Amino acid sequence: MSQARQSPARSLAAHAVLILWTLIALFPVFVTVVNSFKSKRAIFTQPLALPGPDSFDLVGYQTVAKQGDFVAYFQNSLVVTCFSLFFVLLFGAMAAFALSEYRFRGNTLMGLYLALGIMIPIRLGTVAILQMMVATGLVNTLTALVLVYTAQGLPLAVFILSEFMRNVSDDLKNAGRIDGLSEYRIFFRLVLPLVRPAMATVAVFTMIPIWNDLWFPLILAPSESTKTITLGSQVFLGQFVSNWNAVLAALSLAILPVLVLYLIFSRQLIRGITAGAVK
Amino acid sequence: MAKGRPIRWHIAVFLAPAVLVYSAIMILPLFSTLNLSLFTRAEGGTAFVGLDNFRTLFGDPRWSAAFWNALGNNLWFFAVHMLVQNPIGILLAALLSSPRLRFSAFYRTAIFIPTILSFVVVGFIWKLILSPLWGIAPNMLDMVGLKSLFAPWLGKEEYALTTLALISVWQFVGIPMMLIYAALLSIPDDIIEAAEMDGITGWSQFWRIKLPLILPAIGIISILTFVGNFNAFDLIYVSQGALAGPNFATDILGTFLYRTFFGFQLQLGDPHMGAAIATAMFAIILVGVCIYLFLIQTRLRRYQF
Repeated sequence: MSQARQSPARSLAAHAVLILWTLIALFPVFVTVVNSFKSKRAIFTQPLALPGPDSFDLVGYQTVAKQGDFVAYFQNSLVVTCFSLFFVLLFGAMAAFALSEYRFRGNTLMGLYLALGIMIPIRLGTVAILQMMVATGLVNTLTALVLVYTAQGLPLAVFILSEFMRNVSDDLKNAGRIDGLSEYRIFFRLVLPLVRPAMATVAVFTMIPIWNDLWFPLILAPSESTKTITLGSQVFLGQFVSNWNAVLAALSLAILPVLVLYLIFSRQLIRGITAGAVK
Repeated sequence: MAKGRPIRWHIAVFLAPAVLVYSAIMILPLFSTLNLSLFTRAEGGTAFVGLDNFRTLFGDPRWSAAFWNALGNNLWFFAVHMLVQNPIGILLAALLSSPRLRFSAFYRTAIFIPTILSFVVVGFIWKLILSPLWGIAPNMLDMVGLKSLFAPWLGKEEYALTTLALISVWQFVGIPMMLIYAALLSIPDDIIEAAEMDGITGWSQFWRIKLPLILPAIGIISILTFVGNFNAFDLIYVSQGALAGPNFATDILGTFLYRTFFGFQLQLGDPHMGAAIATAMFAIILVGVCIYLFLIQTRLRRYQF
């Protein structure tokens, strides 16, 4: 191929820039995780050194385990994220199927209506959302968060999934119809399995902002029993601001689960971004 | 049309859950927030006051000073993203997309890591690193002989906002990088080969051939950055608190809305003024999105491959 004409100097320069930015991107995370395993003195005297036998110390993690209720926070986050994800994927896929499969009056208009939420952030409705949750008694429940995140995630899910569902072969669906399958069975048995990769992409996109959100937990569910991990660590960090060991340990604990999930799903995420943008 | 044709109930069944949840939790509150901004608290309930809240917001010197301060800061926050985040993103994407680059999957994965972290983590990590107490930032500047440049950036009125904007750039540069990378990969090989036949290679190929082709992607990134920035809140709240210190130097519309709605220190929260600010934000975002949709997107030439 003609593109092989890359001079070594140029490719060296490209690597230099990319390595530089990779270092900038990873350095803060690295410093945090490394120092969380050190004694207080070592954190300040040699912040850049790896923990050695004389500086290794788990006192930060012990404080976190004693003080913060991180297991409960983690469970809350997990419950909220999983339920929201389930509803976004199910309702989103159903709506996307209706929009991409059937011709009916108002189809385009309905598509535009549902796509509005991609551009207009749901946070602008917060004042009324809080009033509504107070009126229905849902304040300080995880249900309130699940409802809000489901609504927040639906527009993008419908948009991406209907792009993918348009590509499912008509012959297959018509064969199903001739065999007497109902429209519901066609959707659940034939179409859903075929768009599984797209569902995974949508799942990753939906999951990250829900897991990381601070605004709605802070406003809708700030009570001790409903705190999510993001809000919980924010409060914990505020209280223990001068206890560096505890702060670094809490930060590392907040980073690790997301990092592990990301490394597992990163291929899916990157493929999703690239596929979505090509359109 | 309806004659002789049974109503296809399954379409309604497929659409109903999504449309109901979306309308009830997103669209309805959005409009009732706009509506709330026309009322104020009165004895035993609320009273309709028309545009009075907006008159207070823009007319009362205390309110309007805070509002314009937040809007100005927000514009600067957005400008830093456009001038730093997007060019760096384009540069990284251009480098990543060069053919036969080794380790490109590794770079992509690593550079995207900050984007998946929560604002709480990002805000706090940088607060620690920039803290004069810990001394990581001054020590690193010392290593390159620039220690005199160090200042407690987050604590100084003149630097704090720019510092926070750069932290946000650090976190989100992965998104423009990925989208531009995808756009660059979708340019067909024959166009590149034709350019090489004509002797256009390297950077001049990037400027003259590839950049015009990825302009639509740059447009999408700009509008995403705009909506994200004018809706930002978490990073400032986490690192500077609801008062967006020092002396409101880092106050943006999101923190202003939060303070007004919930109150702080001695001031009581006011949902109606909060709704008025949310309405103003809605108008700003709407204007931005319309400018993009009607002025920019229609003028960008799209190439069909």
